[in-house]
Amino acid sequence: MSSKVKKKKGNKKTSQVRPFRFLEKIAIADAAFEAQARTLEELFVNCAKATFDAMVDFKTVTPNQVEKLKLENKTLEDLLFDWLAELIYLKDLKAMLFKEFSVKIYKNENYRLEGEVKGEAIDQNKHELRADVKAVTYHLFEVKKTNRLWKAKVILDI
Amino acid sequence: MQYKMHKVKEGIWEIPKTEKEGMLVPARVLGTDKLVKEMDDGVFNQVTNVACLPGIQKYALCMPDGHWGYGFPIGGVAAFELEKGVISPGGIGFDINCGMRLVKTNLTLEEVQPKLPQLMDKIFYSVPAGVGCKGFVKLTPNQFREIMVKGVDWCIENGYGWKEDKERIEEYGRIAGAKPEKVSKHALQRGMEQLGTLGSGNHYLEVQVALTDQVYYPEAAKVFGLDRPNQIFIMVHCGSRGFGHQIGTDYLRIFGDAMRRYNIKVLDRELACAPYSSPEGQDYFGAMVCAANSAFANRQVILHRIREAFSEVFKKDPQELGLDLVYDVCHNIAKIEEYQLNGQIKKLLVHRKGSTRSFGPNRPEVTEIYRKIGQPVIVGGSMETGSFLLVGTEIAHQETFGSTCHGSGRTMSRAEAKRKVRGSELKEKMEKRGIVIRSVSMSGLAEEAGFAYKDISEVVDAVDSLGISKKVLQLRPIGNLKG
Repeated sequence: MSSKVKKKKGNKKTSQVRPFRFLEKIAIADAAFEAQARTLEELFVNCAKATFDAMVDFKTVTPNQVEKLKLENKTLEDLLFDWLAELIYLKDLKAMLFKEFSVKIYKNENYRLEGEVKGEAIDQNKHELRADVKAVTYHLFEVKKTNRLWKAKVILDI
Repeated sequence: MQYKMHKVKEGIWEIPKTEKEGMLVPARVLGTDKLVKEMDDGVFNQVTNVACLPGIQKYALCMPDGHWGYGFPIGGVAAFELEKGVISPGGIGFDINCGMRLVKTNLTLEEVQPKLPQLMDKIFYSVPAGVGCKGFVKLTPNQFREIMVKGVDWCIENGYGWKEDKERIEEYGRIAGAKPEKVSKHALQRGMEQLGTLGSGNHYLEVQVALTDQVYYPEAAKVFGLDRPNQIFIMVHCGSRGFGHQIGTDYLRIFGDAMRRYNIKVLDRELACAPYSSPEGQDYFGAMVCAANSAFANRQVILHRIREAFSEVFKKDPQELGLDLVYDVCHNIAKIEEYQLNGQIKKLLVHRKGSTRSFGPNRPEVTEIYRKIGQPVIVGGSMETGSFLLVGTEIAHQETFGSTCHGSGRTMSRAEAKRKVRGSELKEKMEKRGIVIRSVSMSGLAEEAGFAYKDISEVVDAVDSLGISKKVLQLRPIGNLKG
């Protein structure tokens, strides 16, 4: 029996949650970001958005192709690492940039993720490209739940 | 800075092993007072973390271009004994065998300048760069596996190189011990279409001119191919692309589990490691060699495309244009090398992450054509400030496990650089200074602005004063291709 991870209820009317921001004082040659969200699923989505925001201006990407993925790992940290690593792998394998992400996370013995991502084949003439992300690192990697929010810190190798 | 540090001698600072619980050896940070003072805290945290890894010998080191990385600092060097010491992907980097390649020409600035825009257009077309770029060589999985084992030999056999290129590459472009069976399907699929591509970030291809008034060691310059004023060279900076990145990712996971089995604890998960002699350590070494050989092949195919581009623009054979390889160095790698420790010659596993091998004259590992003078050391600077060619020394063998700097080293985050300058402004400014830019990404260009880096002259002066390599000549960019 698997049960959906319980969502933390937030007061949407009182505050806006900034989905992610890049950090400037750590790992300066790479791209460090902090993401936050009211739910775990949203946190995974925001981390994926930060990862692809490092690579492309989303305004130039049309989400016209869908990819699906399923992942499983023992801890939430490892599942988030796998999720981002798999998206970076798919970016090279399919030569695609992703813009829209949706995930469902289940917990039984392990954490399981079912994700659907939408994006477009890379077109260097159409897309306003930024820096390619080589990999996710475990340096200062963190997933935590505060009173109100889920938060993650990730450093991407550029 | 939270650690106590003392100066061992001019240019070498030491953090004693009493400064952090678990340090097995002291940490040494190299550089002038100014360079060391300006290094970010990450360098000192990371180099002392490295000093805690099992089997480390003598010191954990950071070169003068050091800055905050992940796992090891960039500029990090550490040597481990083979029996009980570890191997760590975080001590090599995801971009396995990222390195530099320098090519000479018989052309001068005066001959190239009128055709420079045309030449840069042709190179931009011939050497794919940026996010999502694919190479022109179409490979089957078996051909790719052959590349993992043979490296540059595969390229030469298949018409992408000259036989004399081989003797001008570290390890002759082919490291022994590749294990393609230890490479995941993910890694193979990710890398198969990227042979001959530059990538992005700080990777570049530059057309450069050797500054006649900046030749510091004329004898070595001559041996390395400098034979006329204002001579044109080409410099390439790139690595093993998605293939190496995936191998790094795969083994970071595998080593995370292995550490529990071997009861190894590290201060940063990115330092995940396994004993070199363990099955996991051996598997990673074999897979890492596959990526290293594919990186040599990647830079070789790029050289092939450069030769074609020059030949087409200047309407002469590449041989006639003197497009000879000067040398190719790795700066993200682990290799087995011999050092004298406590009066005995020992084989050690030397990790270099953002550091170049710097072997001096008469070492058997140095290719015969350069053995009398020492191994060329190629140090890439920012695209605005220029680069240097140096030569290895015996002092490096004694002081730094045969290692020196690899570049100028960042001092500013990518985001801050982008806030300070727009890519289009920077392009315009550089073109006014006579540097022709071809870039897939304007924001990527801004991130690599010269002011985001340390002063390369200060870095190479530091390694020259320390004697761990000697300056040979300086190169100034006139054409820059970025991903």
